[in-house]
Amino acid sequence: MLSLAKHVRWLLFVVATLFLTCSAIAQDWVRTGTGLGQVKPRVALADFGPRSDSAKSHSSLFTQVVRDDLQFSGILELASPSFYPPQVPTVPTELKAGAWLDPPTSAFYVGFGNLSESTAEIAIQAWLFDVRNPSSQPVVGKVYRGAPTDLQVRKFAHQFADEIISKLSGGLPSVASTQIAFVSSRTGSKEIWVMDYDGANQHPLTSLRSIAITPRWSPDGSRIAFTCFAPYNGLTSAQICMYSMDTGKLVAFPRFRGTNITPAWSPDGAQLIFSSSMQSNPELYVSDISGGRPKRLTFSNGANMSPAWNPKTGQTIAFVSDRGGTPQLYLMNADGTSTTKLDLPDKGYVIDPAWSPNGQLLAFSWRRPNDNYDLYIMDAASHQLVELTRDQGRNERPSWAPDGRHLVFESTRTGTRQIWTMLADGSQPHQLTTGGHNESPNWSTH
Amino acid sequence: MNSVSRSLFRAGLFTALVAVLSVGCGKKVTPAPPAPPPPPPAAARPTVTLQASPATINKGESSTLSWNSTDATQLSIAPEVGAVTAQGSTKVTPSDSTTYTITASGPGGSASATASVSVNAPPPPVVEKGPSDDELFLKEVRDAYFDYDKADIRPDAREALSKTADFLKGHPQFKVTIEGHCDERGSTEYNLGLGDRRASATKQYLVSLGVPADRLTTVSFGKEKPFCTEHNEACWQQNRRGHFVKAN
Repeated sequence: MLSLAKHVRWLLFVVATLFLTCSAIAQDWVRTGTGLGQVKPRVALADFGPRSDSAKSHSSLFTQVVRDDLQFSGILELASPSFYPPQVPTVPTELKAGAWLDPPTSAFYVGFGNLSESTAEIAIQAWLFDVRNPSSQPVVGKVYRGAPTDLQVRKFAHQFADEIISKLSGGLPSVASTQIAFVSSRTGSKEIWVMDYDGANQHPLTSLRSIAITPRWSPDGSRIAFTCFAPYNGLTSAQICMYSMDTGKLVAFPRFRGTNITPAWSPDGAQLIFSSSMQSNPELYVSDISGGRPKRLTFSNGANMSPAWNPKTGQTIAFVSDRGGTPQLYLMNADGTSTTKLDLPDKGYVIDPAWSPNGQLLAFSWRRPNDNYDLYIMDAASHQLVELTRDQGRNERPSWAPDGRHLVFESTRTGTRQIWTMLADGSQPHQLTTGGHNESPNWSTH
Repeated sequence: MNSVSRSLFRAGLFTALVAVLSVGCGKKVTPAPPAPPPPPPAAARPTVTLQASPATINKGESSTLSWNSTDATQLSIAPEVGAVTAQGSTKVTPSDSTTYTITASGPGGSASATASVSVNAPPPPVVEKGPSDDELFLKEVRDAYFDYDKADIRPDAREALSKTADFLKGHPQFKVTIEGHCDERGSTEYNLGLGDRRASATKQYLVSLGVPADRLTTVSFGKEKPFCTEHNEACWQQNRRGHFVKAN
């Protein structure tokens, strides 16, 4: 238990090491974590200067979104704006490096810039400087041009934050531009929705007016596979549906007999695995992404569902089966061989497996005999466990952020079912949805 | 008492004394003064009666209203008939049952009376009609209920399903969808699988009782379409079931 806790802490601080060692090698970074320092680079982000009165509100929106992204990333320490020098640069020639490097700001890096706005366009100049080496090239220097809308300003802010996080972490994936697919019933029926990772820009993708659940992003982010209840010849049954982000429409997918649920993607995006009772019990089948040539992988006398394909190795599939009486987690090879049950110390209900992006940790929901549902992480190699939630309603369906450091999940801790994010050690819970009933989040892979 | 009233009082006493003495000793009786003329007799209160004959008619037929009155100067019958004479009769042909009121008024006041005519509606045409297919289905088909996290057919479900099987075997025209449902405590995804197993177990049991498999289709709704939304065992039990829906 202790060593896994340490292991998770590596996740949280590995970036600092990468930074200190200036290593750009991202592969196997979890394993390089011996002798980690815990120093995070301290960053200040000055208020972006509006070039006109009309640019004021978008300047402050841009500044706020970048700050939130940097704060959320957890890989750096954001100096509090109340400690900033009174003179705020808006172009590099105005930067007085010493004033930022000295206490109380004590920042190693300063982000700043300016924003011009006309009725037709917004233009943002944005820089990040290393104030210890102020005469060197900027760490980041960008110009963003686009429509003068809140949505576009948020997008640019996320992109600038991505640049900063990527540079300061030595190439770790940033989540600032990622999205989260989820299920919301706020329109009266369960539909597939999407929002920015920070909860902004929530909007529905589907309007099937039936039941649409369990969305899963394709690895390239171009599609979302999900479970839909589609009427056909008077019969409404659970089927696999496929939504194209490119066309904004459903893509044809064949109907199968019985109950067809919980699609998931192979890491190369070429195959789908899903649960189907087309032949007998709900068993797992793998098909191409058009639903062609479904091949049965499991043979049991129970129900099998909720598959998760190891995104790193592509070798292992975790899934839920009640073949032993109650739902438990099982692992099998991608060809259906070598099935083993994941043994946990307590009885209960184990569901919702989700692989970390590095393929080493399995997050899941576990209902212990006390009837709560709580989230755990297990090291797939050592089977050591870390508990992430406790005594806070039902917590289910974890999904990893591409940075491998955050999870999104559903929780009833406020009384209604809502979407939350947290760091993968259970800290910094953050509520993303409030309206209606929201569930089944899935974090895009980039 | 002032002096004026005192002297009046004395005068009165004196007069009374004289009167007593004169009556007591007189033999001749003085004649009484003439009685005042009687007041004119008070006007009598009107009376009125009303009868309907016959009191019950079929729709389209007539009834005769007859009335009699005394001491009335004005009479009228409502509805429809209007002003009438002191006595008489008239035919009425109401389309619905009607209560007629006659009102009589005169110098002595007013009075009223009523009479009712009931109209028999024509009886509806007699049609031989049994319950509809939907009514029969709802009446005869019994759902199967399950234990928590289980898809085993319980003894009470065996009983329910044998009734259902008898009905379906006797009505080969019906095709049926069996919906598997679960309570809210399990997870969304697992419940979809469990609901599928419940629907399948229900179907298999019916097939074992002789219902042809090709008339039975199974679907699972997991916990997505609960029958009951409270958070207690009575409600959860309602939601753990194999539910039959007529599919044609």
